[in-house]
Parts: sequence; structure tokens; C-alpha cells
Amino acid sequence: MAHHHESIIREPLMTGKDMTYARITNEILLPVENKPNKAWWIGFIVSALGAMLWVVSISLTFWYGLGEWGLNKTVGWAWDITGFVWWVGIGHAGTLISAVLLIFGQNWRNSINRSAEAMTIFAVICAATYIVAHMGRPWLAYFTLPLPNQYGSLWVNWNSALMMDVFAISTYFSVSLLFWYTGLLPDIASIRDRAKGLRRRIYSILSFGWTGSLKTWQRFETVSLILAGISTPLVLSVHTIVSFDFATSLEPGWHTTIFPPYFVAGAIFSGFAMVQTLLLVTRKVLGLENYITMFHIESMNKIIMLTGSIVGVAYITEFFIAWYSQVEYEQYAFINRATGPYWWAYWSMMSCNVISPQLFWSSKLRRSIPFSWALSIVVNIGMWFERFVIIVTSLHRDYIPSSWAMFYPTWVDVGVFIGSIGLFFTLFLLFIRVLPSVAIAEVKLLLKTASEQAKMKLIKEGHLEPAEVQYYKESLTKYDSVDMADYEKV
Amino acid sequence: MSKTKFILGCFDDPDNMMQGITNLQKNSVPIYDVYTPMPIHGIEAKMGVKDSRLGYAAFCFGCLGATVIFSIVYYTLVHDWPQNIGGKPSFAIPDFVPFTFEWTILFTAFGMTITFFAATHLFPGRAPRVMDLRATDDRFIIAVDAKGNIPHDDITNLLKEAGAVEVKHNERKYVSYE
Repeated sequence: MAHHHESIIREPLMTGKDMTYARITNEILLPVENKPNKAWWIGFIVSALGAMLWVVSISLTFWYGLGEWGLNKTVGWAWDITGFVWWVGIGHAGTLISAVLLIFGQNWRNSINRSAEAMTIFAVICAATYIVAHMGRPWLAYFTLPLPNQYGSLWVNWNSALMMDVFAISTYFSVSLLFWYTGLLPDIASIRDRAKGLRRRIYSILSFGWTGSLKTWQRFETVSLILAGISTPLVLSVHTIVSFDFATSLEPGWHTTIFPPYFVAGAIFSGFAMVQTLLLVTRKVLGLENYITMFHIESMNKIIMLTGSIVGVAYITEFFIAWYSQVEYEQYAFINRATGPYWWAYWSMMSCNVISPQLFWSSKLRRSIPFSWALSIVVNIGMWFERFVIIVTSLHRDYIPSSWAMFYPTWVDVGVFIGSIGLFFTLFLLFIRVLPSVAIAEVKLLLKTASEQAKMKLIKEGHLEPAEVQYYKESLTKYDSVDMADYEKV
Repeated sequence: MSKTKFILGCFDDPDNMMQGITNLQKNSVPIYDVYTPMPIHGIEAKMGVKDSRLGYAAFCFGCLGATVIFSIVYYTLVHDWPQNIGGKPSFAIPDFVPFTFEWTILFTAFGMTITFFAATHLFPGRAPRVMDLRATDDRFIIAVDAKGNIPHDDITNLLKEAGAVEVKHNERKYVSYE
């Protein structure tokens, strides 16, 4: 068997000189097999303090009830559901990278899928805690399950979008966890076979006895492909169903058929922004520049630009349809969003989500790491405002002007939100310490096909169109991990 | 009588390992198994390994999941406690769709993966049966059962010719763990 050589005009997915299979294992396992550095500790302590704030705020909510939050009779959903939708949306990028890009044969997913999937799981954990917390009496959460009971049995309401949400989120979380863990098995075995003593025993249990035999790999690949195939419609269904929470209501501003695709696009948009926030830092701190290259960063920025534009079109369409419907309540809901007391939230959303991603049309900005990182934060702020605008501004002025109200968060509201970010980062930082943050086995697949080194070998062998080689060399100039001096002589 | 139980051809390159398989097959030396740190594409055809049937399992589990949840929703919503909601029919199929869809996915995923674990003998705590500790790192291992496959030196030479960086004559089948 000869390895399929990739066309020379494609940018390499892995850079670095003298890359070997052993070096890939060593470099990726470096943070797992060594003591953490100062940057990790600082990050961990700050995140853990945030997680502590979360514990305190959630405990107060459970102890005293939802009165701890700033909700009132008019605005019955506010930061809780905003936070929930925000986190679920963020989770979507992980599944998109691991499943959709696998189906489409996008090999650049190989180096980012692991951490993106981990991000999905931690984000969905944060989202699920909001769901449980906003029930007010979390110990009655089992009421959402169709269990026989002494009231009849009076069953759950299958006609409710909230019930669909319970099924969608729980399926999404468990299938994502399964997909992530199955993919981890070969890499856990890599840690196991290098470890000694207690570490070896722990990783041995976690590795399920993985050996990497022929039949194991064959089945593993079948399972991965089918899981990807079913996760793709799953991820689309999840945010579609989340949007049903609003779209199936009769609330002006919510009662919109455009919601499902618009929510899915927004989810991918915010998810890629969060992947960018995490990976640009991880890449630097863990020294993964050869694996998460400028090509990956630029590709993700292009997706952010595309989905940001889709979201922008959706915002404008909503406005158009409100006018076109000639329903005065619908029209008021939108005019109120843009010019009412929450105008600042609306225009924050518009500028963060619609205007700022358009800056990525500039290749210079798309390839700037500080700019990409800053913009990823801007997008996440914008997407939080999007959910806030949809939820709070639609509710705060209802049909009876005497009941119009504003929403003012209490410090517990703020604590739950800031705390959930702390929880998320705590989990992510623990993850990069105990499990490989890049899928080792999958990255090894790139070494002989899509790496800079393999392409360099092809150039040295000759037989290539000089124009194509020139094109390739020019494409390398954007990489911060490639030394262009190596290409002067060849 | 040699004490060698397994002969391992250790390669540092998957293409050389494939050549090693060719060399052994040409000389009718049966291969016990191949251990690699990553999936090798095209190896199944070469080794004559049949396609995985996990797809069929996945399909069956998917059908099961759809049936189970559809039955639960039908029983509770239509049969056991039908409600008159504005005179609309209790058996409202659109409401069944999200639940049926989600559990089809759920059962497919878990059913198939558990079948994979069971068929491959993977479960938490299973003692790893590893022939060479570098097979999960940077070595591509061809394992040949030494019993009946003689002379061993010829096998060694076939593997070396293909570019094996090392050929091991192991007296124990598994080097890992007691």
C-alpha cells in the first residue's frame, strides 16, 4: 500500500521538522506526564474560585428558591434560560467538528476534535445545571420523566417543547460523552503503556484493555463513522428543539418559524468562537503550534464569518417578517427591541454578532492570533446578548402596559453565570492535565500525508509542477510555525 | 525445542509494515495479529478481514429505540390518559417526531458502542493484552505465532527485508501485566 499523497497545493495540516510518531506522542502527552506549569496553576486557581462562586450561588438558589434571582411576574425567564441557551449553543461546535467534519472528510478536524468535544461536554454540563436550577425545586426534576405516579398516572406533557428539550439535551449529552470517550480509548492506552505504578493501573482501567489490534481498529473506525453519522442530525435537532421552547409559543418575538435554522447557525457561530478562545491559549501554553496551525485558526475564522453572516441575515429577516406580517404586537416587539429601554442590549448584539465578524474578510485579521482571540470573546458576548434580547425584551413588555417591567439581575444571578464560566474552565483545565488534548492516533494519520514534512519530501523528490510548488510555498508564509528559510534552497 | 512463543516484527513505518505482511503472505506464514498506534487504511483487504457488521447492529438498535419511545408516548398520551386539548386529536403524530428521533439516536449510539465493546472484549478494568508496549506509541507490530511456524530465522529475515527495525522472539505472549 502506498500512502495517498495529498495534492501539493493544499496547505499542510501539521508543521515541524523531524516529526516522528514518537515525537507526536511525546509532545501531546507532555502536559499529561509532567507537573503543570505556572500558567496552568494561575488559570486553575482563578477558574476554581469562579466555580466556588457557582457553588455558593446555586446553593443559595436551592436553599431559598428562585426568589434569589431577579425574576418578576412579567419577566419569568431571564439570565437562567439565556445562560442555558448560550451554553448549549457553545457545545455545538464540538459535535460539528467531530461529526460533521468527519463525514465531509475534513482532516483538519483531527487536531482540534478532542478538545472541542471536551468543550461540548463541559458546556452541556453548564447548560444542564441551569435547567435543573431554574426548576426551583431541583429535587423534583424527575417529574420530567414519564414515570408511573399516584396522580392517575398523570403522565408528562408530550405536547410540550420543554419535554422535547429534556429528551434532546439528555440524548445529546450522553451521545457526546460516548463519542468522546470511545475516541479517547486508543490515546488512554498510549498513556497507560508509558506509565508506571499507580498511574498505569488507573489508565489501565480507563483504557478498557485497548490493544490496537487490527480488528479493534476496524470496528473502532466503523463505530466512529456511524456515531458521526447519527450525531450530525442529532446536533441539528438539539438546537432546533431548543428554539422550539420559544418558537412554539404565541409570544410576539418568539413565535417565529425562522428560529430553528437561525438558532443552529448561532450555535455553531458561538461554539467556534469558544473553541477559538480556548485553543488559541491552549496552543500557546501547551506548545501545540505544530498541530493547531494557522490553517486551523483561519478555517475556524472563516466558519465564524459565515455563520455570523447567516445570523445577521436572520436578524434582518425577523424584522422584515414582523413588518410584513402587519401584526402590530409583533411589530412592537421588534421596534421595542431596537429602540426601547433595552436598545443597548440589542445594539451590542448587532455590533458583536453581525458587524464584527465581517472584519474577517480581511485575511490579515483572520490570521492575526491576538485579533482572532479578541474577536472570539466579542462574539461570545454578542451571542449572550442575542439570547438575552430574545428572552427578556420579548417578555418585559407584554399585552398589558400596567404589567410592563424591567429585569434587574441580583448578585446571585450574576454569580450563577460567572460561576458557570468558572466551572467550565475548571473542567477544561483538569481535562488538559489528565487526558491528551489532541487526538494522538488521529494526528499520526496526518504525518505521512498532510504534514509539512511529507510535502517537503515531495518537493525534494521533484516531479511536481513548479507553479504549484510556488503556490504552496506562498501559502506557507501565513504559518507562524514554519521557517521559510528552509524553503529558499528547495 | 525453542522456547519462543511469538515472533514480533517491529516497524517504525506503516508502509514497511505492509511490505512485511506481503513478505509473510508470499511465503505462506500465517499472521496472528497486527498492532498499530493508529488505524491503517487498506489493511483489512490485505489481511482478508471481513467488513465489520456493526452497522447492522446499529440499525437494529435504532429501530428498537424508535419502537420503545413511540410505544411509551402512544401508551401515555393516547391510550392511558387521553386529554381533550381544544378538541385536537390525542394521537398527534408531529409531537411524536422529536421523541422518536432522539431515542432512535440514543439507542443506536449506545447499542452499537456496547456491541463493539462486547465483541472486542473492551470493558473498564480489563487487563490489557499487550505484546509490545510501543504498539500504542511509535511501533507497528506484526505478531506471528511461533508454534508451527518454523524456521524462525526465515521469518526474521522476511521481516527484516521489509524494513523491520527490530524482530523480537518473545517467550511470553503478553509483556504487559501479570
